[in-house]
Amino acid sequence: MNDRGLILGGLLLFVGLITLPVWYNVAAGTPSRPPELKLPAQGKDPFGTAEYMRASHMSLLVAWRDEVVRGGERTVVGRDGKTYAKSLTRTCMDCHSSRAEFCDRCHGYTSARVSCWDCHADRRLAEGSAR
Amino acid sequence: MNALGSLLLVLLLAGLGFAGGQVAGLRPLFGVVVPYAAFVIFLLGVSHRVVLWARAPVPFRIPTTCGQQRSLSWIKPSRLENPSSTLGVVGRMALEVGLFRSLFRNTRTELREGPRLGYGEAKLLWVAALAFHWAFLLVILRHLRFFLEPVPAVVAALASVDSFFEIGTPGLYATDIVLAGALGYLLLRRLLSPQARYLSLFGDYFALFLLLGLAASGILMRYAVRIDTVAVKQLALGLVTLSPVVPGEVGPLFFSHLFLLSVLGAYCPFSKLMHMGGVFLSPTRNLANTSRMKRHVNPWNYPVDVHTYAQWEDAFRDKLKAAGLPLEKE
Repeated sequence: MNDRGLILGGLLLFVGLITLPVWYNVAAGTPSRPPELKLPAQGKDPFGTAEYMRASHMSLLVAWRDEVVRGGERTVVGRDGKTYAKSLTRTCMDCHSSRAEFCDRCHGYTSARVSCWDCHADRRLAEGSAR
Repeated sequence: MNALGSLLLVLLLAGLGFAGGQVAGLRPLFGVVVPYAAFVIFLLGVSHRVVLWARAPVPFRIPTTCGQQRSLSWIKPSRLENPSSTLGVVGRMALEVGLFRSLFRNTRTELREGPRLGYGEAKLLWVAALAFHWAFLLVILRHLRFFLEPVPAVVAALASVDSFFEIGTPGLYATDIVLAGALGYLLLRRLLSPQARYLSLFGDYFALFLLLGLAASGILMRYAVRIDTVAVKQLALGLVTLSPVVPGEVGPLFFSHLFLLSVLGAYCPFSKLMHMGGVFLSPTRNLANTSRMKRHVNPWNYPVDVHTYAQWEDAFRDKLKAAGLPLEKE
C-alpha cells in the first residue's frame, strides 16, 4: 500500500488552510494601517476618557438604554457639569456626526456587529435621503 | 500530582504571558517573536510527524471491523463499517473524523454484587468530545475576523449565528459556553473517575489545562475585561502579513491568551494533540477491507532460499533407504 502521494497532498492542503490568512491578505491587498476615525473638531467627551469610551462605550449605551426605558431617567450630568439627554442619535451623534466615518470604521474593522441600528434610525442618513 | 503539576505549569505560563505583556520592553518578544517561533515549530513539527508516518510501511490491510464483510451476493455487507471500496472508506473516515464513530461505541464495565459483571453504554464522553471539538473549530473560525481584512461575510455570519440569543453586550457566544462546559466535563471525568485518573498522564492534564486557560482568558476578554480589539487586530494582521507591528497597551489578559496559544501550537507536534493528523492515518480505519478479495503481496518480499523436505530426502536417500526408513518418494 503506497499512499504517500495522498498523505503529502493532505499535508499540503492542511498547510495551505493554516496559512490561509497570509494568502488572503496578500490577495486582498490589506493595508497595515488601523482604521482612521473622523473625530469631532472640538470639545471633550463629557462621559469618560477616550480610553474608557473606546473600551466600554457599549456598556454605557446599554446602561443608558436600561435607565431611560425602564427607569424613565432621561438625562445625565456629564463631567463638565452640563445636563445631557441620554440619547445615541442626539447627544452622541451631535458631535460624532457620521456613523459611517466613526462607528463603522472600527466595528467594520473588527467585524463587531452593532445592534443599535436595528431599531434606531441613522438620523443624518434619513435626512440625507429625504432631501 | 500529574493534575496539580500541569495546572501549576499552565498557571505559570499564563502568568508569564501576563507579566510579559505588561513590560513594554518585552512586548516585541511576547507579541511577535514567540508567536512566530511557535507557528514555525507547529508547522514544521506537524509536517515532520506526518512525513514520518507516511514513510511507515503498511503492507497489509489491517482493518478492525464491526460489520459484515462483503462476500457472497446474498449476504448483505456493511458498507460503512466494513467497506470494500474507496468510497466506503471515505464515508467511514468522514464519520470517524466528523462524528467520532469509534468513540460512540464506548462502553463501560462494572462489577456488581453477586459478583456480576455488567456492561453498559457510555455516551457522555462521546458527547463531550464531539461538543468540544466542534465548538473549538467554530471558535477558531470566528477568530478569523482578526486575521482577515476585509472580514469575509461568512465569518461575520458565523459570529452572528453564534450570538443568536443576543444575551448581553457584546452578545454571548453559544460556542463559548459549549467549549467551556465540554472541557470542564473532560477534566472532571479524569479527576473523578478512579479508572480515568489512574490512566491519566501529565500530558493529558496539561493539554486540558492549556485549553481551559486559553478558553478562560478568551471568555474573560470578551465579557469581563475589556481589551483594545483594534490593536489586537493590528497585531494579528501584522503577523499574518509578515510586517509585524509591536502593539502598545492592548489589555492585560491578551498576552496570557496569546502566550498560551503559542505554547499550545509549539507543544502540538510533540504530544497526543497530533491525533489531529493521526486520525487520518489510522490504518485500521482508512484501508478498505479487501483482504480476501485481493491478494496483497508484501511489496518488499525477496525470494527466500528454502530447503524443503523433498530436497533433504534427496540428499539422504541412500542412508534413509539403508536404515529401512519410510520415504515419501521411492
